[in-house]
Amino acid sequence: MIIKISFAAISAIFLSANMALSAGGGKQHIEDFAFSFEGPFGTFDQSQLQRGLKVYTEVCSACHGLRYVPLRTLSDEGGPHFTEAQVRVYSAENFEVFDADLDDYREATPTDNFPVNDSVGAPDLSLMAKARAGFHGPYGTGISQLVNGMGGPEYIASLLTSYTGEEKEEAGVTLYENTAFPGGWISMAPPLYGEDVDYDDGHSNDLHDEAVDVSAFLMWTAEPKMMDRQYTGFVGVLILALLSVLLYFTNKRIWAPVKYKSSM
Amino acid sequence: MSGIPHDHYEPTTSGEKWLHSRLPIVGLLYDTLMLPTPKNLNWMWIWGIVLTFCLVLQIVTGIILVMHYTPHVDLAFASIEHIMRNVNGGHFIRYLHMNGASLFFVAVYAHIFRGLYYGSYKAPREVTWIIGMLIYLLMMGTAFMGYVLPWGQMSFWGATVITGLFGAIPFIGEPIQTWLLGGPAVDNATLNRFFSLHYLMPFLIAGLVIVHIWAFHTTGNNNPTGVEVRRASKAEAEKDTLPFWPYFVMKDLFALAVIFCVFFAIVGFMPNYLGHPDNYIEANALATPAHIVPEWYFLPFYAILRAFTADVWVVQLASFVTGGIIDAKFFGVLAMFGAIAVMALAPWLDTSSIRSGRYRPMFKWYFLLLVIDFVALTWLGAMPAEEPYATFSLIASAYWFAYFLVILPLLGIIERPNTPPATIEEDFNSSHSKESSQPKEAFESANPTPAE
Repeated sequence: MIIKISFAAISAIFLSANMALSAGGGKQHIEDFAFSFEGPFGTFDQSQLQRGLKVYTEVCSACHGLRYVPLRTLSDEGGPHFTEAQVRVYSAENFEVFDADLDDYREATPTDNFPVNDSVGAPDLSLMAKARAGFHGPYGTGISQLVNGMGGPEYIASLLTSYTGEEKEEAGVTLYENTAFPGGWISMAPPLYGEDVDYDDGHSNDLHDEAVDVSAFLMWTAEPKMMDRQYTGFVGVLILALLSVLLYFTNKRIWAPVKYKSSM
Repeated sequence: MSGIPHDHYEPTTSGEKWLHSRLPIVGLLYDTLMLPTPKNLNWMWIWGIVLTFCLVLQIVTGIILVMHYTPHVDLAFASIEHIMRNVNGGHFIRYLHMNGASLFFVAVYAHIFRGLYYGSYKAPREVTWIIGMLIYLLMMGTAFMGYVLPWGQMSFWGATVITGLFGAIPFIGEPIQTWLLGGPAVDNATLNRFFSLHYLMPFLIAGLVIVHIWAFHTTGNNNPTGVEVRRASKAEAEKDTLPFWPYFVMKDLFALAVIFCVFFAIVGFMPNYLGHPDNYIEANALATPAHIVPEWYFLPFYAILRAFTADVWVVQLASFVTGGIIDAKFFGVLAMFGAIAVMALAPWLDTSSIRSGRYRPMFKWYFLLLVIDFVALTWLGAMPAEEPYATFSLIASAYWFAYFLVILPLLGIIERPNTPPATIEEDFNSSHSKESSQPKEAFESANPTPAE
């Protein structure tokens, strides 16, 4: 039936077609890193998030902030899952925040957020993994994002590993060539070279691993409730699927005498 | 309520009689729920329930979100992150609300195209159709304003572009735009009034939904054959219909459960798929995004808006005739609203004596083309405004108008429709039981079977 096919086509397009074009760099190359949190049943790798936090703390936080992320969430299940004591120590050792009551700076506590850092005008990283899409198209259909995900963490990891070493100066600003960045030239100097931080768990700390770890950490800061959400979604789907089956048979039984009455 | 004859509520106990003589509300609910409904409704008749449910979902989740949201340009973006991180279950409620809007539009487009195919807009259901179009317009307004509230980059720039459309109206455009925005540009005043209206409009929609239901309960439902229910007597009407409860309630609930299964999978596993990454960047009046794209459900009309550029001959003609008052920008705005207006006028543009597309051999193909056209416009709205997409958009927009303004009126004259079945009962029996397709059986099956 024409009508059924048309409606199926329409719904299919609506569910898949979309939003292919954000950053529209033609030559941008985004590598599809494999992350533990991909797919409907993906989970954050707790030790990876802890390593990523270390990279953020020792490297990224020099210029970038995480203004929307409460420090206490570092002890959340489904996140880095530090102990509360560890979070207290981490907060106090690494950050100072301005306290309006004291009219002075004090050591950060778990009830504070990560501090804002706009000292050099670098963007806040709280939501970066959701604010960038690594995958696009093809032809504006959004199929790539349907299959591979939005590609936010892949974009960040690619950016961190795609410096070519070329530099140029433009209007007094040094730009660094980066094949993952839209336009190809970025004002951020290469932040990671490999072996920039020593991991507590002795994990390899080459450039690739550091980039992937910090990208995973930034995915968590952007979507800290991901595992909760997937669990709720899964339970919802399960209950609704069961309900659908029950309603299917209820409906069938109610209609049976009406539909097949001549044979009964 | 006039319409198809059926049993009405009779109060039996003294308590019921007491209430009924003062406020016949139980009777109203009974008549609504027991409405005689054509037996042969197919699965495209489920979208009404889905839409009603979407409205409830959006209002309930919306009211909860309002408890934690702050409508101020400095605080709005942060308050959304507060909902996502600190409010218990807030992340899920917000994603339900975000994706609920998309489900709402999937359902409304399916509902509208069902109406267009089966001729549900035709007499005597014109009022139902017009009210439906008003609901659709209000939905678009509500969705647009809701998208502004998170105060992300796309919120801000989308609001700038769309309110700019009103600025294209000759002479009075700019004062209107300023009045809408509450200032010279999108700012705190805009955010506040959009928030207020975004809260108000769903209740207007709810009111119109009641009128929409009232209207089609008066005329009776359309059905896939387009043949009217026989209503000379109650016995005759009962051959064509079944009460809404339990037959259609259960059928609709089953469909609703299946659709929500898919919906929960999207909310749970890919809640940002239908959104735009740029909206996770706080609004910045100094940085324009590379591409400003509306939400997917506006794309078809956005494509029509952009299709009419200054080098198109109709635009040049309109500009010449009006002495330059209608320029390309204003023409685009007129075309966009005109695309919805011609759809609203379908009851008077369609001249065919046959209601349902099922019995119109030529209409079927033009309708299929309209569906493809709509999908194409959705896609084109998301593509950059450059060749070849500009030409495609123009062709697709032209077909949209041609379908309503030329094809619908002409088809009624040149098409030779097939003969629909004489009654709904005949159609129902022929699709459900082999024996009863013989006239003798069909006649015998006229004895109503009591419900279990």
